[in-house]
Order: sequence, then C-alpha cells, then structure tokens
Amino acid sequence: MLDDFLVRAALAGLGLSLAAAPLGCFVAWRRMAYFGDATAHAAILGVALSLAFALPISLGTMVVALLMALTVGALSERGLAMDTLLGVMAHSALAFGLVAVTFVDGVRLDLTAYLFGDILAVTRDDLAVIWGGAAAVIALLAWRWQALLTSTVSPDLAWASGIDPRREQRILTLALALAVAVAIKVVGALLVSAMLLIPAAAARPFARSPETMVLLTALIGALSALGGLWGAYLFDTPAGPSMVCAAAIFFAVTASLRRVMG
Amino acid sequence: MSTRSALIEASGLRVSLGGRPVLQGVDFSVGPEEIVTIVGPNGSGKSTLLRTMIGAVRPEAGHVRRQAGLRLGYVPQKLALDPTLPLDVMRFLSLPRRISAAERRRALEDAGAGQLGDRPLAGLSGGQLQRVVLARALLERPQVLLLDEPTQGLDQPGSAAFYRQIEHIRSRLGCAVVMVSHELHVVMSASDRVVCLNGHVCCEGRPEAVAQAAEYRALFGTGTNGALALYRHEHSHVHDPGCSHDHHPHSHARTEPATAAEGR
Repeated sequence: MLDDFLVRAALAGLGLSLAAAPLGCFVAWRRMAYFGDATAHAAILGVALSLAFALPISLGTMVVALLMALTVGALSERGLAMDTLLGVMAHSALAFGLVAVTFVDGVRLDLTAYLFGDILAVTRDDLAVIWGGAAAVIALLAWRWQALLTSTVSPDLAWASGIDPRREQRILTLALALAVAVAIKVVGALLVSAMLLIPAAAARPFARSPETMVLLTALIGALSALGGLWGAYLFDTPAGPSMVCAAAIFFAVTASLRRVMG
Repeated sequence: MSTRSALIEASGLRVSLGGRPVLQGVDFSVGPEEIVTIVGPNGSGKSTLLRTMIGAVRPEAGHVRRQAGLRLGYVPQKLALDPTLPLDVMRFLSLPRRISAAERRRALEDAGAGQLGDRPLAGLSGGQLQRVVLARALLERPQVLLLDEPTQGLDQPGSAAFYRQIEHIRSRLGCAVVMVSHELHVVMSASDRVVCLNGHVCCEGRPEAVAQAAEYRALFGTGTNGALALYRHEHSHVHDPGCSHDHHPHSHARTEPATAAEGR
C-alpha cells in the first residue's frame, strides 16, 4: 500500500495536520502567527546548511528553526517591538537562506520543493520522520497541556500557580521547530504557518472549549490535506498550495455559516 | 511581624519596568491570617509589588522569600482574554489543576458567581470576571490570597459587601489576604495593617495609626480629619449591611456629616 505515491502523500498530509492541530490552536490563541512565519522561513537557511554539511534536511531545518525561535523569544523578552522584529527576522532568514543555497556546490537545487513542499515525492523514510515528529509534538503538548493553557490565559495566574510561563513558551517553541521540520516536505517553508493557522481559525466559530477546538482543527486540517491532494490530482495543481487553498475554503465556509446562524 | 512566621517576606526590593524605577527599597511581609491593605496613588507600584510577590516580576535588587510550598491565590486587576480561545467559566476553574465539577460549582457559589458556570469567559463583565477569578483562587486552597483592586467594578455598597466577604473567607480558609486598593476609607476598616506605598513604603501600621500619619495625609488627606472620622464611624458599623458610605452627600443621611477626604 505504501508503494503508491498518492497513499504516501495522503499519510504525510494527515501526519502534518494532526501535529498542526494543537500547535496551530496555540499559535492562534497566543497571537504567534508571525512568530510561526519567522520560524518557518528560517528553515530555508536550514536547508542550505544541511546541504553544505551533508546533514539530513529535517535535522538541519529543525535546528535552525529552533535557533531562530529561541533568538526571537529572547529578543522579545528584552522588550523590543515584536511586530517589527518578527518581520525583520522572518524575511532576513528567508533571504539569507535563498542566497546561501546558491553557494552550495554541486547541487542544481530546485528550491521550489523546499519553498512550497513536494508531498508527491514523499518517501517511506520521510513518512517515518513526519509521523515521528508529529507524535513528538503531540506528546509534548499533551504533557504540558494544562500548564500551557494556564499560561496562555494569563502568565500572571500561571506564576501564582507555580508555573513558569517562560518555560511553557520554550516548550511551545520546541514543538514549533519540530513541526516546521515535519512540514517542510509537505507544504514547504512558505506555507507552514498557513497550515498551522488556517484550520485553527476555521474551527474557532464552532468550538466550545479548547479541547473541542483542537479536535475540530485536526478534522478540518485532515480534510484540507486530503481535499487539497484530490484537487491537485484532479486539476494538476501544486499539492502544497492546493491543501492551503482547501483550508482557506473551509475557513470561509465556517466563518459565513457562523454569521448566518448568528 | 516576626520574620520566622512570615508567609511571604520581601526585603530591599528594587524594581524597574521598561527602564522606569517603580519600587525602591521596599520591605514587605505578610503573616498567617493577616489582612494587609496596600494603598497608594496611581503609578505608586502597588500592582508591581503584588506581581513581584507572586514571582511574575524579578526584582533588580532585594529578594522575595515565600514559605516553601506556599499556595497562592491571585486575582489580577484584569485579564486580557483573547477571543480566539473558547473557554467557559467551568473549564477555566480547572486550570491548572483538574477539579471536580461539584467542587467548582461550590466555589462559584462562594464567590457569588453561581449562575455563571456555562458562560464564556470572554463575555463576562469586569465585575463578573473578577468573581470568577476569585472562585478559581479559592480552589487553590490559598494560604495567601492576593487581590489587585478587587472592588474596581463595584459600587460602594458592593465594595462594602465584598470586603465583608473577604473577612468571611479569611476566617473560613484561615488564609492571609493582601489587597491593593484605592478606596481608602472602606478598605481600612477591614484591615489588620495598612501599607501606604508611593514607590517606597511611606508608612505602615494599624489603620488608625496610618490614617493619622503625616505621610499618609500628604498623599491622600486634604488636611481635614474627615477621612479619619469616616473611618472611625465605619469601623463601628462594619457588620451593618445597611450602612454603606460613599462620598456623595446624599448617602450620608444616616451618618454624621463627615466630609470625606477623597483627595486623590
């Protein structure tokens, strides 16, 4: 069954949407959308470094994404204006990554695969990385769930309950870097934060609790991945962007349904 | 307050926020079952002192010592809730410790928010939210309850009732209470100790002593002894629910004509 490239692609898409569901909810609740962008764009720099030092791509992207996220986190704690800072970091990382890749010898590299994903070329090994990473993200967030939620509602309430919200932030950062490494093969560096944010935003109008929002997000994410793949097959369009389009359509539908139903 | 019995003890605190010095050389402590009220003008560092005691703000100098394993209940002035987070009152009460539904409902009743259980947190009024946050703080079985401007959204009779409720909670849970307030007269009647703060501790002590202190008068008083008169009067009537005071002339019908020194 795994011999079929479409089956592998579907499994890759499902793995990503499961990991992206709890993480995407936190990105929405904590207004970290731009933070996710900066982390994901840094992955291109990670691709360049991986190729230069002959390391596995997923390892390189994860390390660089993690460094980026930690740097941004540390700078923001010093009170620099977050919005501007993230914009600077996100685009600089992307530009440096694109430039760095051209210095790597001997590879005529098609960057499109890393910018927009190449889900139809997912191998069995890629699948192992994707599902392993997804399991790690889910385990991490499930373990810290209550503490993460408390710090999201109010860092001060977390402090008073003996929770260090900065530690929870770092755990989220680690999960985000893992997810970027998982997602780069599926949707590419440019659309990672779209797959985090859009299904969560689409789930919000019908969610009554944080937990149901995560489940709905996972459902919408999975349907977007499968629907996008199907659309890509049908219309011969790029698979990664098609998945994001499907998620965006879900968002438009739930947002207007909510409005109609009041 | 002897050092040994203090639940929280801060000494020599210096705190700056965004480069601006907020607290300087502040010593503060709270002992078991004590009600301490921190009063001070806007920007005097009252909230910052509270946040330093829960560990949310790191002092540049000095230190905060909390008794090992001390349970805190904290009610901030406001919560900045993001509407993308779907969270109702009952779920909120189970953070971070999961608590049985029956226990949560009881805590809501105790905090006077019994009918709010299924409402989304983001849709509550300021006063309702504060009661819900108080209910959550009570579920932590606190040894110290820290309240930041807890009567902000309440009218004067409402605040008076709230302070009676705090005294009741104190005697039932046996917890200490640290309150920040600007409602000087009402709050003082319910306090064991008042700390007058303005970047540093101006004066502290029993309410009647503080009300007479020159430093306190310089900050709040207008030179009359109106605040003190009102305070004395309230103290003798503190358990009379019908006796609520505010600074509007018409509500002084049942009191002697005291000119309240509302010098803020």
